[in-house]
Amino acid sequence: MSTLSERILNAPAGEYVDRKVDRAFACDGTGMLALEAWKNMGAGHLADDTEFSIFFDHIAPANNSTAATLQHELRGFAKSSFMNFSDVGGGICHQLMGEGNVLPGEIVIGADSHSVTLGAFGAFATGVGATDMAAIWLTGETWLRVPETIGIRLEGRFAGAAEAKDLALAYVGELGTDGATYQALEFIGDAVKDLSIDERMVLSNLSVEAGAKAGMFYADDVTVRYLRERGHTAKPQIPESCMYSREPEFDLSDIIPLIAVPHRVDTVKPVDELAGLPLDQVFIGTCTNGRYSDMARLARIVKGKKVAVRTIVVPASASVLLQATRTGVLADIIEAGCTVGTPGCGPCLGAHMGVLGEEEVCLSTANRNFKNRMGVGGEIYLSSVATAAASALTGEITTPEVA
Amino acid sequence: MKTGGRAICLPADIDTDVVIAGRYLRTKDKSIWAAHVFEDLDPTLANRLRGAVIVAGKNFGCGSSREQAAVAIREAGVVAVVAPSFARIFFRNAINVGLPLIEADIACDEGSQITFNLAQGMVEVSGKRHAVKTLSPRMQEILGAGGLVEYWRKRR
Repeated sequence: MSTLSERILNAPAGEYVDRKVDRAFACDGTGMLALEAWKNMGAGHLADDTEFSIFFDHIAPANNSTAATLQHELRGFAKSSFMNFSDVGGGICHQLMGEGNVLPGEIVIGADSHSVTLGAFGAFATGVGATDMAAIWLTGETWLRVPETIGIRLEGRFAGAAEAKDLALAYVGELGTDGATYQALEFIGDAVKDLSIDERMVLSNLSVEAGAKAGMFYADDVTVRYLRERGHTAKPQIPESCMYSREPEFDLSDIIPLIAVPHRVDTVKPVDELAGLPLDQVFIGTCTNGRYSDMARLARIVKGKKVAVRTIVVPASASVLLQATRTGVLADIIEAGCTVGTPGCGPCLGAHMGVLGEEEVCLSTANRNFKNRMGVGGEIYLSSVATAAASALTGEITTPEVA
Repeated sequence: MKTGGRAICLPADIDTDVVIAGRYLRTKDKSIWAAHVFEDLDPTLANRLRGAVIVAGKNFGCGSSREQAAVAIREAGVVAVVAPSFARIFFRNAINVGLPLIEADIACDEGSQITFNLAQGMVEVSGKRHAVKTLSPRMQEILGAGGLVEYWRKRR
């Protein structure tokens, strides 16, 4: 009678455990600090039984010579230590891990807060900081407190123009930015079997915006099929009856297009209430909404039309970009007047490729709208891809039409 | 060991972007982080933090996993941060870089004297004692060592 976290961590909620980490990854930003900590710990050789990766995604290609020099050192370390290494343009760590590199039941630790995204595969996936990552390089283990779990019960099907992102904003709005602090989320209920892996990754991704330690789905037929297509054999995880600290329920048919307004992810309003707000930039991408299905949805809405505001599209990975190229989705996006950036995090954290100026307003499909995040004095509104696409065509916040 | 400082009050839900903005992350020069800590909240704050105890509202340190946030606060001279709750990655990061965190719900009075004893699990505000949620034994060991780097260096 355990939650999925209790089952994977093999201990009851509240207990502190030391556990072997199956896969551990860092990005260009956290990796450079982890390397510093690693050297200060006395370095040595990497732990044997953990799969280690480094992904260049946050500021890649480098935006200045300081970043380039730091990346040069980290690249050399990644290669000389035989870690998996993804260089500039490969894509976002969470996306690349999710492209068939995480299996149900694994313990996955990433040096990035959105590592919770990988809970979509039935793994216990959570984020840590750089020094914790260095210690994992050294020992292959980490300490964890087994979390209590909130069951997010999902029923019904999406109706109208709402999509997984709107549901994600709805649950963050209901829980609040610290509603799940120190706890895990499990997404359960009849609606789950109809959710694609892409949709699950969106829901898991936003869990940290409610403070959660993990945002997990039980592996099912959808997971098994997705992993089989990527060369893996996996088994479904059968839920047991278990104790949730609380169990909020969402009927997907009640979900409407939503927007998180500055500067909090949990201050959520219906798109209708904000319709007409002028925009300076639309950004579509990130570990939340930069997958192929997002590119295809964007293309479907903007095809044969012209965007009315600068619209930056950043595919989450090279394979997303390649698929969009092969299917013609990319051509539709470019013909509509959007510009396409190197696969990676793009302007999400305000470092490059679409930084905002003072008083500029951006509608973004990302997961954070903190003050000044995308540039000093800029304001960030968060929405679904459909809302962002509809708004790009008008240059102001616009309710998406029913597909 | 009993130690402390004067209180500086901050609101709830301080995110790590506000602690240290993304534009200052790509460096290993800690003095840059200390100089720009909390800049987007109050540009004068960085210069007033030496010897201070930050007393904040709930969910301090939410958002990004950037460890520079905890390092920036430490490097600016903050003695400890007191809050009813911390975002979990920030919690780990702070202990890992040797910045004491005190999980306690106390009213903040700007400039009042805060003393604390982590081993005894107590914090005192202007002479009045408050209960503190104790750190796990492992976190106490890491903090006692001065951080996770020192913790592992001593064990190798």
